[in-house]
Amino acid sequence: MNRSLRPLLATTLIFLFAYMLAVSQQPAMLSTRVLGNFLTDNAFLGIAAVGMTFVILSGGIDLSVGAVIGFTTVLVAVLIMWLQLHPLVAFAIALIVATAFGAVMGAAIHYLKVPSFIVTLAGMFLARGGASVLSPDSIGINHPFFSAVQKSYILLPGGGRLTVVGMIMLAVFAVAILLAHRTRFGSNVYALGGSETSAALMGVPVARTTISIYALSSFLAGLAGVVFSLYTSAGYSLNALGVELDAIAAVVIGGTLLTGGYGFVAGTFIGVMLQGLVQTYIVFDGTLSSWWTKIVVGVLLFMFILLQRLVFRAAPRRT
Amino acid sequence: MTAQQPVLEARGIDKVFGQHRALDTVDFAAHAGEVHALLGENGAGKSTLIKILTGAYQPDGGELLLEGQPIHLRDPLHGQTYGIGTVYQEVNLLPNRSVSENLFLGRQPTRFGMVDRKRIDAAAKDLLSRYGLNIDVRAELSEYSVAVQQIVAIARAVELSGKVLVLDEPTASLDRNEVQRLFDVVRGLKAKGLAIIFITHFLDQVFDLADRVTILRNGRKVATQALNTLNTTDVVRMMLGKDVAFDHHPTALTGGPKGAVRVQFQGLSRKGLSPFDLSVHEGEVVGVAGLLGSGRTEVARLMFGVDTSDGGQITVDGHPVTIRNPAQAVAAGFGFCPEDRKLDGIFGDLSVRENIIIALQAKLGWFKALNRDDQVELAGRYAEALDIRAANHDMPVKLLSGGNQQKVILARWLAIDPTFLILDEPTRGIDVGAHAEIVRTINRLREEGLALFVISSELDEVVAYSNRIVVMRDREMVAELDGDSIAPDAIVQAIAGTPPHETREARP
Amino acid sequence: MTRPTVDLRPTQPPLPRPRPLAHFFTRPQVIALAAVLLVNWLLFPGFFTVTWQDGRFFGSLIDVLNRGAPVAILAIGMTMVIATKGVDLSVGAVMAISGATAATLVTNGIPAPVAVLAALGTGLLCGFWNGILVTVLEIQPIIATLVLMVAGRGLAQLITEGYIVTFSDPLLIFIGTGSFLGLPMPVIIAAVLMILATLIVRRTALGLLIEAVGVNRSAARFAGLSANALLLIVYTFAGFCAAISGLIVAGDIRGADANNAGLWLELDAILAVVIGGTSLMGGRFSIPMAVLGAMIIQAMNTGILISGFSPEFNLVVKSAVIIVILVLQSPLSSRLFRRLPGAQK
Repeated sequence: MNRSLRPLLATTLIFLFAYMLAVSQQPAMLSTRVLGNFLTDNAFLGIAAVGMTFVILSGGIDLSVGAVIGFTTVLVAVLIMWLQLHPLVAFAIALIVATAFGAVMGAAIHYLKVPSFIVTLAGMFLARGGASVLSPDSIGINHPFFSAVQKSYILLPGGGRLTVVGMIMLAVFAVAILLAHRTRFGSNVYALGGSETSAALMGVPVARTTISIYALSSFLAGLAGVVFSLYTSAGYSLNALGVELDAIAAVVIGGTLLTGGYGFVAGTFIGVMLQGLVQTYIVFDGTLSSWWTKIVVGVLLFMFILLQRLVFRAAPRRT
Repeated sequence: MTAQQPVLEARGIDKVFGQHRALDTVDFAAHAGEVHALLGENGAGKSTLIKILTGAYQPDGGELLLEGQPIHLRDPLHGQTYGIGTVYQEVNLLPNRSVSENLFLGRQPTRFGMVDRKRIDAAAKDLLSRYGLNIDVRAELSEYSVAVQQIVAIARAVELSGKVLVLDEPTASLDRNEVQRLFDVVRGLKAKGLAIIFITHFLDQVFDLADRVTILRNGRKVATQALNTLNTTDVVRMMLGKDVAFDHHPTALTGGPKGAVRVQFQGLSRKGLSPFDLSVHEGEVVGVAGLLGSGRTEVARLMFGVDTSDGGQITVDGHPVTIRNPAQAVAAGFGFCPEDRKLDGIFGDLSVRENIIIALQAKLGWFKALNRDDQVELAGRYAEALDIRAANHDMPVKLLSGGNQQKVILARWLAIDPTFLILDEPTRGIDVGAHAEIVRTINRLREEGLALFVISSELDEVVAYSNRIVVMRDREMVAELDGDSIAPDAIVQAIAGTPPHETREARP
Repeated sequence: MTRPTVDLRPTQPPLPRPRPLAHFFTRPQVIALAAVLLVNWLLFPGFFTVTWQDGRFFGSLIDVLNRGAPVAILAIGMTMVIATKGVDLSVGAVMAISGATAATLVTNGIPAPVAVLAALGTGLLCGFWNGILVTVLEIQPIIATLVLMVAGRGLAQLITEGYIVTFSDPLLIFIGTGSFLGLPMPVIIAAVLMILATLIVRRTALGLLIEAVGVNRSAARFAGLSANALLLIVYTFAGFCAAISGLIVAGDIRGADANNAGLWLELDAILAVVIGGTSLMGGRFSIPMAVLGAMIIQAMNTGILISGFSPEFNLVVKSAVIIVILVLQSPLSSRLFRRLPGAQK
């Protein structure tokens, strides 16, 4: 079996096992209603984690996603509430700003030859600071478009609701899976993660790919911000604090190697769902506190880092 | 275009790095339908020439001609568009991707913007079958052996270029069968009319595969000849020595009284290296002769605990010692000047002084710190003794010349007052003046009673300071010469593996 | 070779370079700090005014020192981690754990000194854990310490059971808000730790060996150095520093807030180290300079506050500082500098 499938398989099995365990304790969790909420509640995390998947596959890391989400919510709120723009126009502007922001970070990483974590750290400071300079206070968003979107959903059999934000996340995953596994850009991302020297020798446009990767990550963080603003109807500079860590954890738990080159976008989906499962279970249980989420996620993260070391240390061989 | 015109030709190539002339007016020509071997020890200029031929470096003088037309290569990718493909020792492909993707990266056929994987897999399977490989092309490249990876790399290079194929030590990590498999592929390509440039340090492979050979030494071309006019001894001689008449005669060293045995290795072994016995006496230099890849560096690493041994015993002054890592070796009084100075030797950003005292400090431990005065005194003493030329001892060692850096590392080990010193290619890549000084230093250390183990590709150099010479071939110590038998010619014979009776006949 | 350095070879070992104060005052970090303080003074003319009241000093300058102390302490540990070519992302979370430990213990009636020791012990343990991941399991530092960064706050909340544990224990409060010789305790602690750490690494061989490992790990091995023991010590010490910082922050607010104690301070600490001139690529380090870096960050914080901007504006300024440093350290600019006369090589 392809060894990069092994962590993914492990994640899937753990998810199924955990879900069954959760259902055996809390039978109410086996319903499309819970499933629908799963998707809605984790939509922004899922979308941001997709961008993070591309970054990590290429061997980098993006610490700015949480801040870009926060910044986007503020920008969207400002554009709609203060400048009276239509939400769709606001979304378009916000996404363009976010994408450009990512492209600049990508360019800095490539041309200044500095580790991605320090560049995206600066990006994180800049986005959070910029957001609070725009508005230090939370801005509520009241717009008919927002209410309309929030009220739209597809009714699932069993009473569950697939909301618009849930659908956006599913669409993002679908497109990202194609992008990662079926396009030249996707191949180039994996190539960078495998070996930048080889990739360059094999004709991969390193600069363009690096810039595109971080632009994509910030674009998706921007989209996550849009979703977040739809989800909460507010723009606040401290929204989505620490989401970058959740996203990194989702990517790693989803079977992507933190050093790059191996992994699947679909795995990230399971990683996000696993985190959502832990959260939902804790809410259902009622006696456990929410901090358990962090500990469980931390333990899972550690387990998967260890698992990856074991899987990727011994290189199997065929002749 | 005539049949005599070379496909790729280099004329009068010069390349200078800093003050070091890596290539000095070198000519080279590869013809269609030939395998042209390029030979030379490390530092001879092989890899520099290859990098110029493939576009990784730009020459400082001379010109490149492709089918008679001058070309200027910006980078290897640019070289590829001219039809010059390269396969490196370290396979420069993507271990994490499928075989077919490695073959088609950058030129995947697409349908509606999506990569058409079925078509790629089919094309890859078809392509590789022409190389006699029937493998699952969807599997990750790293799941296959290096030999298969090499063939995949060759397939990609030929596919993308198609005129000249440069094979840069492709066989370094292959076993015998794999080598043959690779050679079959190369012969097939030769029959198709490709010009193949083959770099290796295995002489038997050169004779097996190549039609002509060009030999480089110290940045100059020694000769280009058809291989059917040569034998192994000729080739070794051209690679290692000026000519057979060496001016240093080692008589001064022979017959001298030997001191007590200081270090003894018994049955030391490791996978890929035949077990060996060796003892080194007080005031003795044991020289190691052998080509690159003969196992000489591996022996040194094993002795110093850089690689852990599978078995065998080490005794120092009669007492058994355990050496499983360099720290234990240092504790036993060993010192090691590694071959790759920059990677394993110097601490570039640290000062000359700190570089000199670091091993002693590591030996003393964390808490017995040498104070500044001790450091200055030690560094001053050894810098003086070895004539290290630095503006001051607080400057970063990376600013010194190669020869001075080598002396700094030597000083580092002298500072621990060693019982046994291992030098791996101590004169590699340093200028002529410093070269002579290092040879003098080795002689002086021997006279002062140190036991030394010195590896060198420079035959006349080994002869100049060794009391005894161990010859290595195919990861085995195959001969030991001492006293009167130390002569360049005898060494050449031993390295080439010709029977001893021929040796005598060959002697003038 | 025809290097002209032959004539420069000293006939005697060179004397230790004299390090006059002038040398110190021309360092870019010192100039930067002076500039920031000057701007603060222009914005707020009373900036340098220090008054004596109730047996201790008061004033904006003292405030900068006091507020900057937690990051300065983190930076002391972080400097050595970064010098080994590593990084520790978990120190903020470890602060939360340490504060939570001390607060929970004292509210449960455990004597304060024991609680303090226990908090320091958890810090050592956290650091040791990171060290094991980096050395034994050979996980890259940024990834290894990420685990504790993610899980650490959960652990802290586990200890406090999700509440903000408030306390009125005089010893803990003294650590955060007390004063000694007229100076706030955090400043005293940071200063003592800085001096002790500097003395230890410079009077023993630790400093040199850490730098050697950071500059060239392979050469360190060939020189007979055992890097793993050093790395273990360095990460453990970083955890210890984080625990001290956590105690100060808890003492300051008289409570342990598992969610917010030390939040993002790991990033400030890394920034302080980088401002202090220690390269993220490892090698040469300076603990006092990293502390100075922490003070620069805090002086900017204070300046932004007194000039009436929102505290978050600070983040923008910090990002600008990172960008400037990155550009200055990038190969592009060093190529530019190399052309300047006087540059070697």
